[in-house]
Amino acid sequence: MSTALLLVQVLNGLQLGVLLFLIAAGLTLVFGVMDFINLAHGVQYMIGAYLAAMFVAWTGSFWLGLALTLPTALAFGLLLEVLIFRRLYGRDHLDQVLATFGLIIFLNQAVKVLWGAAPLSVPMPELLSGSVRLMDGLLYPVYRLALITVGLCSALGLSLLISKTRVGMLVRAGASNAPMVSALGVDIGRLFMIVFGFGAMLAGFAGAIVAPILSVEPGMGDNLLILTFVVIVIGGIGSIRGAFIAALLVGLIDTLGRAFGPQLLRLMMEPAAANQTGRSLAPMLIYILMAAVLFFRPSGLFPVRQ
Amino acid sequence: MKRTLRSPAVWLFLALALVPLAAKLGAEGYLLSLATRALIFAIAALSLDLILGYGALASFGHAAFLGIGSYAVGILAAHGTGEIVLQLAVAMVAAILFAAATSAVSLRTSGVYYIMSTLAFGQMLYFLGVSLSAYGGDDGMSLAGRSRVLGTAFLESDGALYYVVLGVLVAFYAGARRIMGSRFGRVLSGIRENPVRMRAIGFEPFRYQLVACVIAGCMCAVAGVLLANQTGFVSPAYMTWQRSGELMVMVILGGIGTLWGAILGALAFLVLEEVLSGLTEHWKLILGPLLVMVALSGRGGIAGVVARVQRLFHGRGVR
Repeated sequence: MSTALLLVQVLNGLQLGVLLFLIAAGLTLVFGVMDFINLAHGVQYMIGAYLAAMFVAWTGSFWLGLALTLPTALAFGLLLEVLIFRRLYGRDHLDQVLATFGLIIFLNQAVKVLWGAAPLSVPMPELLSGSVRLMDGLLYPVYRLALITVGLCSALGLSLLISKTRVGMLVRAGASNAPMVSALGVDIGRLFMIVFGFGAMLAGFAGAIVAPILSVEPGMGDNLLILTFVVIVIGGIGSIRGAFIAALLVGLIDTLGRAFGPQLLRLMMEPAAANQTGRSLAPMLIYILMAAVLFFRPSGLFPVRQ
Repeated sequence: MKRTLRSPAVWLFLALALVPLAAKLGAEGYLLSLATRALIFAIAALSLDLILGYGALASFGHAAFLGIGSYAVGILAAHGTGEIVLQLAVAMVAAILFAAATSAVSLRTSGVYYIMSTLAFGQMLYFLGVSLSAYGGDDGMSLAGRSRVLGTAFLESDGALYYVVLGVLVAFYAGARRIMGSRFGRVLSGIRENPVRMRAIGFEPFRYQLVACVIAGCMCAVAGVLLANQTGFVSPAYMTWQRSGELMVMVILGGIGTLWGAILGALAFLVLEEVLSGLTEHWKLILGPLLVMVALSGRGGIAGVVARVQRLFHGRGVR
């Protein structure tokens, strides 16, 4: 296994990690602050990608399209909050599962009706197309490097927002004890709405920025949603820091496991058996990690609620 | 007798027993296969309701047991063993082992963490199924025929399969009622209501919950064996997280903690799916909002509505 190959896979893993973080950040807050199981969060990511595809096609510019996508994703999240989610806070988790499951079914189909079942593609912005030479024999696309940078910057911004501002303080307080925050005179309904809208926007943002390197299709959020759940559970529900660390961990382990798992096993077994075992073990790695984390720390790595 | 007649389950089972006769009036093969499929999912939903409704253990990986059951049929059949008795035995032993091992970890957690850890184990089994390239891998594999019953081709008849499935459903329903009415069931309900208090009076929740998970897993694995026989096909698609979600939706739609509600929920879900998809290509645009409305109304699903209607007539609730 050469250094160049390893570096490429590490970068790919980081890219998946920051993407997961952008989606997980909103979800972990919605989970943590409102104690709300939102299965429809992956759909917000898909909506973001579709909005980007639509706006970029309309305006002919990636940047204008992105600028239009963010407020629209926010507005859509708030609309869902007002219409549906608001009525489900404080209800049984099972009602939340049923409602958000119904929402996934509806929105996946609605997207098919509006934009067709065929995958869409978003052209890469001129400025960020092409590749850079990172070292001998290693070309890496600029856009993917930009994705990693944007993701890391968002993480930094978010952690400042959470740790330094008044809203961030309320969110942290809400995650550890929402009824108490409410009793102290904070309009918890408005706080919930802000958190929810912001989370939806982040997920939409994630969808919009990966649209140029993925095909935009119905149901694209479903499998990513499960990975996001793994991330927030490993990190500890309600913890932004936990979500960040877990997201990078999951991104790297999943990518490196798939790339190098069979090779590593080959050191110990016959090649054919190693390939077979490696291929089957690699996708399971993150779930094994999650089960192991939950076994030793039943509330994740960074538990918020005491 | 009067009390028996007032149970919605009895009327439900009587009506279900008449389905093959009614199917003769219409497109028999199609109706019978739809009804059989619906009953198989009713068994799966019933088993989930045991832990979801009575133990408040919201498993998001229950479809794994459907997979265990169907792969027991598929793998044994691929090695020339079509005997259903053997397939059932293997399926149940595998389900017991899987349920015991995964629950031992999952039950250490609670609430959302429990839901997510069951999901993780479900996903592991799903990916295991995908990687079994000798048994079709991602694509799954077709079965040559239905299982043999003690060497006979009894199950090859659609009608026979239907009544076998119905028989299993009725037996499991009766068994589940017995279990939940017993001391074990009371303890389980007690743990759902207040685990701290139950522990204080000497009941360790873990042991009871573990046994409940094993029983539910076993029942669902039997549903998996039947599912493989009904579809003639085995595939990892039976174990996707969406499938687990659907099972949960069936139970919640029917009303949790009543057992017959879960059966009704499964029937309603599958029939709804079939009827709506006959109406329009975009039937999911109707099904989705319908589920949202059921959740928002918060009236305990179909069972809640039935109970209310009964109260209207009898002045008393039933359970």
